[in-house]
Amino acid sequence: MQDEGRVIFVSGPVVKANMMRGARMFDVVQVGEERLIGEIIELKDDVATIQVYEDTMGLIPGDRVVQTGAPLSVELGPGVISMIYDGIQRPLDIIKAQKGDFISRGVEVTSIDRTKRWQFRPTAAAGTLVKGGTVIGSVQETNVVEHRIMIPPDVEGTLEHIVGEGDYTVDETIASVRTSTGKVNIAMLQRWPVRISRPEGERFDPDVPLLTGQRIFDTFFPMAKGGTAAIPGGFGTGKTVSQHQLAKWSDADIVVYVGCGERGNEMTDVLTEFPELNDPRSGDKLMNRTVLIANTSNMPVAAREASVYTGITIAEYFRDMGYDVALMADSTSRWAEALREISGRLEEMPGEEGYPAYLASRLAGFYERAGRVRTLNGDIGSISVIGAVSPPGGDFSEPVTQNTLRIVKVFWALDADLADRRHFPSINWLRSYSLYLKKVSPWWSREVGDQWFAMREEAMGLLQQEAELQDIIQLVGPDALPAKDQGVLEGARLIRESFLRQNAFDDVDTFCSEMKQHEMMRIMLRYHKLLQDAIAKGIAVERLKAVKIKEDLSRMALVKEELFKQEFARIEAEMESEIGGMEVEE
Amino acid sequence: MSEDQKNVRAVDRKSVEYTTVVEVAGPLIVVDKVGDAMFGEIVEIELQVPLDPNDPSAGYKTIRRLGQVLETHIDKAVVQVFEGTESLDTDRTSVRFLGETMKFGVAPGILGRVFSGTGRTADGGPEIIAEARRDINGEPINPTAREYPREFIQTGISTIDGMNTLVRGQKLPIFSGAGLPHNQIAAQIARQARVLGKQEQFAVVFCAMGITAEESNFFINDFRETGALDRSVLFLNLANDPSIERIIIPRIALTAAEYLAYDMGMHVLVILTDMTNYAEALREIAAAREEVPGRRGYPGYMYTDLATIYERAGRIYGRKGSITQIPILSMPDDDITHPIPDLTGYITEGQIVLSRDLHRKGIYPPIDVLPCLSRLMKQGIGAERTRKDHDDVSNQLYSAYAEGKDFRDLVAVVGEEALTERDRKFLEFADIFEDRFIRQGDDENRTIEETLGLGWELFSTLPREELKRIHKEYVEEYLPGE
Repeated sequence: MQDEGRVIFVSGPVVKANMMRGARMFDVVQVGEERLIGEIIELKDDVATIQVYEDTMGLIPGDRVVQTGAPLSVELGPGVISMIYDGIQRPLDIIKAQKGDFISRGVEVTSIDRTKRWQFRPTAAAGTLVKGGTVIGSVQETNVVEHRIMIPPDVEGTLEHIVGEGDYTVDETIASVRTSTGKVNIAMLQRWPVRISRPEGERFDPDVPLLTGQRIFDTFFPMAKGGTAAIPGGFGTGKTVSQHQLAKWSDADIVVYVGCGERGNEMTDVLTEFPELNDPRSGDKLMNRTVLIANTSNMPVAAREASVYTGITIAEYFRDMGYDVALMADSTSRWAEALREISGRLEEMPGEEGYPAYLASRLAGFYERAGRVRTLNGDIGSISVIGAVSPPGGDFSEPVTQNTLRIVKVFWALDADLADRRHFPSINWLRSYSLYLKKVSPWWSREVGDQWFAMREEAMGLLQQEAELQDIIQLVGPDALPAKDQGVLEGARLIRESFLRQNAFDDVDTFCSEMKQHEMMRIMLRYHKLLQDAIAKGIAVERLKAVKIKEDLSRMALVKEELFKQEFARIEAEMESEIGGMEVEE
Repeated sequence: MSEDQKNVRAVDRKSVEYTTVVEVAGPLIVVDKVGDAMFGEIVEIELQVPLDPNDPSAGYKTIRRLGQVLETHIDKAVVQVFEGTESLDTDRTSVRFLGETMKFGVAPGILGRVFSGTGRTADGGPEIIAEARRDINGEPINPTAREYPREFIQTGISTIDGMNTLVRGQKLPIFSGAGLPHNQIAAQIARQARVLGKQEQFAVVFCAMGITAEESNFFINDFRETGALDRSVLFLNLANDPSIERIIIPRIALTAAEYLAYDMGMHVLVILTDMTNYAEALREIAAAREEVPGRRGYPGYMYTDLATIYERAGRIYGRKGSITQIPILSMPDDDITHPIPDLTGYITEGQIVLSRDLHRKGIYPPIDVLPCLSRLMKQGIGAERTRKDHDDVSNQLYSAYAEGKDFRDLVAVVGEEALTERDRKFLEFADIFEDRFIRQGDDENRTIEETLGLGWELFSTLPREELKRIHKEYVEEYLPGE
């Protein structure tokens, strides 16, 4: 047979097969009797090199390799939300139903349920001109997600027929389009190759913040909708908790969470927690807007390489509906390691630290699929990508961190020293940066408070001064500092311990609204101003350090959202009278 | 090939002997003219060793060793030999392909037994009559089948229970260094570990990789004294045993553990020591295959490889047992950024780090809490599991001790007089914390109540308003003298 090759070499996830003439790069093949799924990554004469997405134990030279003629693709349509998939979009719960508690090989499942009927509501009428991306109807997929049914990107013509409102499965024909080459039947289900980005219109500047409910992110190093961010940090510095917090509390419409080569229990954690948690904005279950891709560290390494592409293609599909999508990839280092492993088995010439020379271009290509764009339907949609990076030994000079930092616009640097003293999130405020700061500033001024940028600069200045003073203290001790500087230390300490620090495991503190953040910051800066005024009057620093209101100030984060306005007003008033009313002792 | 075809083939193939070893390099051999070696297949290598090296006419004796196919080509196979390539020649050596991947025979009878690095019985007792033969590589647990571990294990060690809580199904390694008492600590955990208010079937699987006979005997004697030996399965690869066996022995041990946990419903504690020796063996193979090295010569896939061991800890919905792993590894030169502890820390759910400084001060257990972590702690503690103030107490202990240690550095430069009254309290706190909270006897089994009580006693030495990490109502309820 023309499209059947034979295995001639097996080493780990890399298989070579001959008699493969006609095969194309990145086509999917089925290897061996168990029809293990693989992808062609190199061609030479009639020999194809294949990376196999499943365990290759037991393969024998001579085993069959069957070409499918199609590239690695994902299925898109109603039924994707709330699912948990492996790296090549196989539903893990269905694998479990078929194969039991352990993942064995050769599972053939469809990504989207073919039997479930969805209530389709048409929004376009027959006779209209449609092109790729045009929305022709919708399905209420979950309480919060209205799944818009679009014409596939490569179809253009006149809508010849569209069904009436009713229940349909994803592969039933719901419409037909008369194109220049003939009639095309449209179903709700679409396929798209993962390594190619879906077409989009004009790109916009990301100037709307992606609000996360995390104070250090929103107020100090803001992320923008359509932006890119990296969280690098050694083990135990809180990458995963940060990613989970972002997945939970970001004000995105859709969240795609890619667990790439990480712990199994972490995915289980998400699986057990998300269906319980409510989105503070919509009030609905978080799981109802989330798609999970889980390829844990002990699952096949090639599928790990594919998992980030599977994730971002699903994200693009929802972006095309006009949604703001946030994608978390934890961890991109494991993805890079998968590239390295495959590259090593191909005996390619290594670049830095054994990583392939194309590491930088692959990373750039992935992050570039983020952005805030005009969709083909004319709406605005965005994908924000937040990648965790796991640098060996916590050393940021390694290739994955460095190549990532050249691309992303937000750098949240995790710090082992802060983590050791349980200052979480352990984001180092002196090393981190956000290039979206200026861009999102108008939004904050308009929506929250017009002094936002000035306040943020003032707070940052205080923290910077504190760091400089700490160096001096190391030489002369704290008592030798002038009173004014001691006031700076007091002010900065409050911001550091009670604003920057945020307890992800506390029911109240886990999410902080932008208005509450703004008020906390304003009152804390006011506290510092009052201290400095009092010091200028000649009031002893020791007395100022002992003010009663400090305890209330340090617990502002724990005040519930619905109570904070009145409670903060009380704290502010008491602070004004206690510190402002102090007189110099004779 | 289908399963049946493979079985037929396996039977046929066992009788085929290849005498075409063309290359021996380090732990690897290349067998030529083999067209159909299965990837991962187990091979039996028969070598002829002269009875008298000086007199070839004295004849030969036959030695059998096990190996595994690492690479299969259309015309040859690369095989790693577990028991070493010593005395192997390219002339008389014959190789048989056994038609299956590495298996370990499991049965209830494995409890109380000792096995070698290739899974053969090594205590002189009868062979195990296997109930089932399991592939030693196991299969990944489906994340949707995992049950999130949240059952508190009381180890009786304050720094672990109070600040880095271990839960059932966790993998929590001990990062140690040469000369530090990691073995005592592991043995103490094995001895004292229990789940509050429950009497359940437990077992210990002990896997030694390249440790000395003395260290191994320490564990065996400890298990014997506490009566745990009958409930233990021992896998021993000692320092003078072939190093390549270390690649498979943890996998055999975990196959036994999975059987005990998921088939027999036991709660299994797996001690793997020393993972550093495992990683060295991995590097040896990679070097012999001339692979492109990652950091410090370790293979680029070491993360994935270690994960296939560590990720076999856990719990599964609807199954009674659990696997809790305590791997021990010695950090070369106490360097936590070395690839072995580094990659381990990225996979395991926390780490217990031992400190040479504390050890020098004579403090046992010398657990340096600051770099320690238990990722599963939050879910395993609190009102219904330990006590409602547990999390706050732990956070406060951490930040107060960290601050106290900072002042220690400062005092070394500027002297104690330069500190404020408040700062001096923290400085003292660090000392008392080490002396009373960290330090305990190697047979001292503290309850969680005692541990938390001790924490509150220490807090009473600090100014009350400094207890910022603790909810007000807990301060009122638990602070002595309130």
